[in-house]
Amino acid sequence: MWQNEVKRVALGIRRRVFEHTIKNKGGYLSQACSAADFLATLYVKTLKLGPSIAPPIPKPFAGSPSANNPDSFTGAGYHGAKAPELDRFFISPAHYALVIYAALVEIGRMAPEGLEMFNQDGGSVEMIGAEHSPGMEVTTGSLAQGLSMAAGVALARKLKQEPGRVWVFLSDGELQEGQTWEAFQAIRHYNLNNLAIIIDLNEQQCDGAMAEVLDLGNAAEKLIAFGAYVMEVDGHDIEAVQKAGEIRPSKGALVILAKTNPCQGMDYLEQRRPKLHYVRFQSQQQAQTLEAAVRKQLEFSDR
Amino acid sequence: MNIVTKPYVNAFLNFARDKPEVLCLTADLTSSCEVDQFREQYPTRFFSMGMTEQHTLSFCGGLAMEGFRPFFHTFSVFLYRRPYDQLINSIAYSNRQVRLMGFLPGITTPGGITHQAIEDIAVLRSVPNMTLLETGDATEVETVLEVADAVSGPVYVRVLRGLVPRLFETPFRFNQLRTLSEGQDVLVLSAGITTEEAMRASKALAAAGIGVTHLHASTLKPFAKQQFLDAVADIKHGIVTIENHTVVGGLGSIIAEILAEEGIGKKLIRLGLQDTFAHGASRPYLMKKYGLDAMALVAAIEQLLNQSLGITENNLSAVRLEEVHSVAKAEAL
Repeated sequence: MWQNEVKRVALGIRRRVFEHTIKNKGGYLSQACSAADFLATLYVKTLKLGPSIAPPIPKPFAGSPSANNPDSFTGAGYHGAKAPELDRFFISPAHYALVIYAALVEIGRMAPEGLEMFNQDGGSVEMIGAEHSPGMEVTTGSLAQGLSMAAGVALARKLKQEPGRVWVFLSDGELQEGQTWEAFQAIRHYNLNNLAIIIDLNEQQCDGAMAEVLDLGNAAEKLIAFGAYVMEVDGHDIEAVQKAGEIRPSKGALVILAKTNPCQGMDYLEQRRPKLHYVRFQSQQQAQTLEAAVRKQLEFSDR
Repeated sequence: MNIVTKPYVNAFLNFARDKPEVLCLTADLTSSCEVDQFREQYPTRFFSMGMTEQHTLSFCGGLAMEGFRPFFHTFSVFLYRRPYDQLINSIAYSNRQVRLMGFLPGITTPGGITHQAIEDIAVLRSVPNMTLLETGDATEVETVLEVADAVSGPVYVRVLRGLVPRLFETPFRFNQLRTLSEGQDVLVLSAGITTEEAMRASKALAAAGIGVTHLHASTLKPFAKQQFLDAVADIKHGIVTIENHTVVGGLGSIIAEILAEEGIGKKLIRLGLQDTFAHGASRPYLMKKYGLDAMALVAAIEQLLNQSLGITENNLSAVRLEEVHSVAKAEAL
């Protein structure tokens, strides 16, 4: 049953990001907590992707793209080959890279060695996902550009009459940028209903809780006003996410607003609120306490 | 000299006609960028984006990923200032085949500093993977599109609109400087609308017995360094560059870099906006005030020669009259 596989993958994502965070004395742990369940659902069940065509162990960095560099590559191959009937999947908040890499390992699209290469000199597995990093196809380290690029791909696919969908993953912080709203206007105007968007509504950003930094207000209302077909779901309810992902609106792009908890699966992290964006340790003691608590919870999670 | 009305209109129609992968995008300035007829004739390849430049640059990146070649038309200032981050991350870094068609280069608009792209070459020259082209006459406007579209990466073009003089008989050739005159006293390099001024100055200087090698640059990045080196070898008194742009970072700086790297100890005078914004006024007024005209060029050459030549405005004959308020569209609209 697909649900069991999704749960296995989601737990695996949390475990891998946790192990990585302990080993490297810091990491994007809360992003794994908020996104693991719906990312697992997408990768296991919702997305129509072909098998990976990229090397299981990522290649070293081969230079930036240019007319003179035939060796440059992107991480798109980990999502399979492009074909008219297959989906595409763009990751807009490149800071979720660690979570994406963990997901790719869990579903067998990348070898575990790939995760070991995280942030290594000369490697392509960058801390903030670069275009050449596994699972990445475009440059999204500067936020709120992924949606516009995905929209361009969506228009192109419509013009070529390709049936596959264009999925793009956004973080809620990106709704602060003006470009996001420019994109939704264009998406509505050109009825890019082959575009499907999932937003991690974990209500956190770099400075802390979004409500304190720059309050988002009612995201669903805003998106609906801009012409999106909005489905609000509990981002940890894998069946609800999957069901929402099956909707193909005739008018408007599908936007799944996944309401999530940035401490889901690691209750101990609640103590860290509101500083959850990047989890680091001030002391050995702190690290050990967190490690013990979370490890205990993760070990018991699949019983 | 012939003056051509709106050469870009037919240039784009003829160029795009048989290329289904070529798309035309605008940001609420369709007729101002002379692609309204294209919109009428090829509505399925025309996309009105409204005022969403940041989104549109990234959107063009997405279209280019799928085999289309988007030509995004708007005023130059709006192509690279507000969406600079998107230009870098969605287009330039990834080397996408997006063509950025920029209208109202430099001071060719009374629209004031918000509409005058005076530092576009300086900024975009420093972006890797960018190709920069600048049209200088009607012939170049008519033939730049094939050249731009042959580039395997992103291109930014300074396009002239409205009433455009025809100065050249041969088409735009990629990364080739045009040699408009030869002489050994001074080397003059001009680009865009300053070439017409430099041509008038050259004639007057020749009559005064001064030998001028005059080169016209229409490809600014990459730059035809060897061709320049060949031309400067026998020059006796120095080099003057003149551009519809700030002297910081544009054509003048390109030449300064080459001279320094090659250890060529010849004096350089850079004409253009002297690290200043301009303001809203007519083209001839601005060119005179900010030293981008034929008289400024003569004065610079007098400085290099350390002699007065007695050339006056009257000598600089056949001044082209500006027709802004008649048939042509008012510049800022």
